[in-house]
Amino acid sequence: MSSMDIANVTLETFKKLFSTGQRFDLRKLDEYRNIELGFDVSNCAEGSARVKIGKTEVIVGVKMNLDAPYPDSPDKGNIMVSAELLPLASPRFEHGPPKFEGIELPRLVDRAIRESGVIQLDKLVVTPGEKVWTVIIDIYPINDDGNLIDAATIGAIAALRKAKLPGITEKNTPDYKKRTNKSLPLNANIPLSISFYKLGNSIYLDPTREEEEATDVKVTWGISDWNGKMMIHSCQKSGKITFTQSEIESMMNLIEKKYLELNAKLKKLI
Amino acid sequence: MTEKFKRQDGRKLNELRPMSAKVGVIPNADGSAMFSFGNTIAIAAVYGPRLLHPQHMQDPSTGILRVNYDLMSFSVSDRKKPGPSRRSQEISKMTEYALLPVLDLREFPNTVIDVQVYIIQADAGTRTAGINAASMALAHAGIPMKNLICSVAIGKQDQEIIVDLDKHEEDFEEGEGATDFPVAKIANTEEYTLMQLDGKIPPARVKEVLALANKSCEEIYEVQKKALKEVFEK
Amino acid sequence: MRKENTEAHEASEDTESDIREEAEPIVKKRKIVIPGEIIVSGEDFLPSEGARREGNDIVSNRFGLSEEAGRVVKVIPITGAFIPRRNNVVIGRVTNITMNGWVIDVDSAQSAFLPIDESPRFINKHEMDQFLAIGDILVAKIWSINQRGIDLSLKSRGLGKIEGGFVFRVSPNRVPRIIGREGSMISLIKEKTQTDLTVGQNGWIWISTENIEGAIKARKACEFIAENIHLEGLTEKVEEMLV
Repeated sequence: MSSMDIANVTLETFKKLFSTGQRFDLRKLDEYRNIELGFDVSNCAEGSARVKIGKTEVIVGVKMNLDAPYPDSPDKGNIMVSAELLPLASPRFEHGPPKFEGIELPRLVDRAIRESGVIQLDKLVVTPGEKVWTVIIDIYPINDDGNLIDAATIGAIAALRKAKLPGITEKNTPDYKKRTNKSLPLNANIPLSISFYKLGNSIYLDPTREEEEATDVKVTWGISDWNGKMMIHSCQKSGKITFTQSEIESMMNLIEKKYLELNAKLKKLI
Repeated sequence: MTEKFKRQDGRKLNELRPMSAKVGVIPNADGSAMFSFGNTIAIAAVYGPRLLHPQHMQDPSTGILRVNYDLMSFSVSDRKKPGPSRRSQEISKMTEYALLPVLDLREFPNTVIDVQVYIIQADAGTRTAGINAASMALAHAGIPMKNLICSVAIGKQDQEIIVDLDKHEEDFEEGEGATDFPVAKIANTEEYTLMQLDGKIPPARVKEVLALANKSCEEIYEVQKKALKEVFEK
Repeated sequence: MRKENTEAHEASEDTESDIREEAEPIVKKRKIVIPGEIIVSGEDFLPSEGARREGNDIVSNRFGLSEEAGRVVKVIPITGAFIPRRNNVVIGRVTNITMNGWVIDVDSAQSAFLPIDESPRFINKHEMDQFLAIGDILVAKIWSINQRGIDLSLKSRGLGKIEGGFVFRVSPNRVPRIIGREGSMISLIKEKTQTDLTVGQNGWIWISTENIEGAIKARKACEFIAENIHLEGLTEKVEEMLV
């Protein structure tokens, strides 16, 4: 597999294609690839999911620990999101301390989940002030063909939806062998990340890895149907090129429709 | 003693857990495969031969094999924190030693062949599932190989020698307790490429272990072969 | 690029199949074999590339497609990284310019170099980046492989810097099927899509974009072939795709 950088001529071709609304796989610029969802990736996880968007594949597992709460939130459980961009998934991932991409991905998934309030943290208290559940979301890309953030977020919410609480031993530690039938306390909204990518003056969604290499800048929005209302929860622009005000407004015009499409697809799969 | 002894999942003493295998599971990799023994699932990716950086690590007479084995955080009940452990570093090295005897990398000087092995779900026998997956992934990557490598963990529960222990059996503590004896062989030969042991076994009984290993490896080979031959099936 | 392209990629076509056609022995059915598998038994057989003799048997040294041509048995790779050979025509990307030439990434385990002397015309040391700049794509021929790496040359028809179009990658061992016997498959694609194509032995393919719809179809056809080399009637299926 190649880790050859994108060629100048290919970059120019992408500019031409995108500017006429075309892509190599014949999708529209705002069209997502085929999404597949599977579960029970690991029976040692409290919940787990496998997402495929096109050839991009990510697996996500949820584990739960009993810990002391944070001092400033003694009556709430905790969330922790972690990701490893394993060399497994792409010739460009290396061992060692994470590069920015490996740091940004779990943080963006974290913000989308956390700010959406989908996990009812106040219902994760076992002993107030002493023991609360920490929900740990671990993200592993298996094959990177672009748009890992959006894929990882789908995996995260899917895994959360399927997660069951572990039992608790007499010593107030998790009893993983005696998993309960109780689901995680979750609200009904489905938080997603929708990332918009830009090259030249063209904006597109869900790029393949090749299209991602041609990209100048992206912005990821965390969004969910919070209390039945469309709500943006988080945002991060990543890249040194700018977005214009009119581009941002266009994104806002499109994002609701895209969210509803994705939400509908996922409701069927989860 | 033999008749009274029952394995918890009903298997016979010399019976492997149901296996499954598939190649090409990671399109980006030059070669890839998954292999499972019952609830133990391993996935392997091979990238290479490719230029080795940093340059001072290059060997002008041969390519080198670099194996990285680890558990995914949620593959075990008690979440494993990301990052290599001593155990995973040791298993990485054992896997490298297990695979090298069938490879001749002199054709690829100054290069590295990276083998990534990850455990998605762990129920004992993870290093053996990993070696089986890695062996298929190397073949799938078109690396010149004399033969496949087949690996299995033979074990002992008190005084019974059994094949392919699961976690429950690994934790057995009565009588002589549990012994774990993972091995790997060059397929269809009598050459062992991996040998490790933890527990208690009289020297005279090691022969029994090897006989069971031979039989098990024949079965494992058939599973690996089938997966490779089905390379074009989606 | 001009029609001379055809020569560049045909020159590098699997020369062993040419030899086979001259000698005209009977080619037996191919089958997928795995490392260590017995392909055929008998003292008369001769192991060639990818195979070895073990006692009475000819055994495979790799995963691939075994092929018996008369007494000669070899195993053709169907997966795996690009293994460069002398005279291969490859498509690469300029990654650096030194005093003596251009460093080229040809997506291989070894680095490749185009010495300034191997350019098609005299290039002044001060104009090197005007001829080939970092990020430019070129079609070159491998004229030597040694300890230091791959040496490339542009001194042949059809070689040189690529203008316009785009490049993409397929698995290198699928390239012979994309080129086809005597270039028949690649000619079919060019004709039906009205585009220009160059296929490198290293799996990189260039397609011109003067006719962008044609270029998109041509790429799909190449990728389809690469994923389906085992299919019966592949040529007919490709024709259907390109209608």
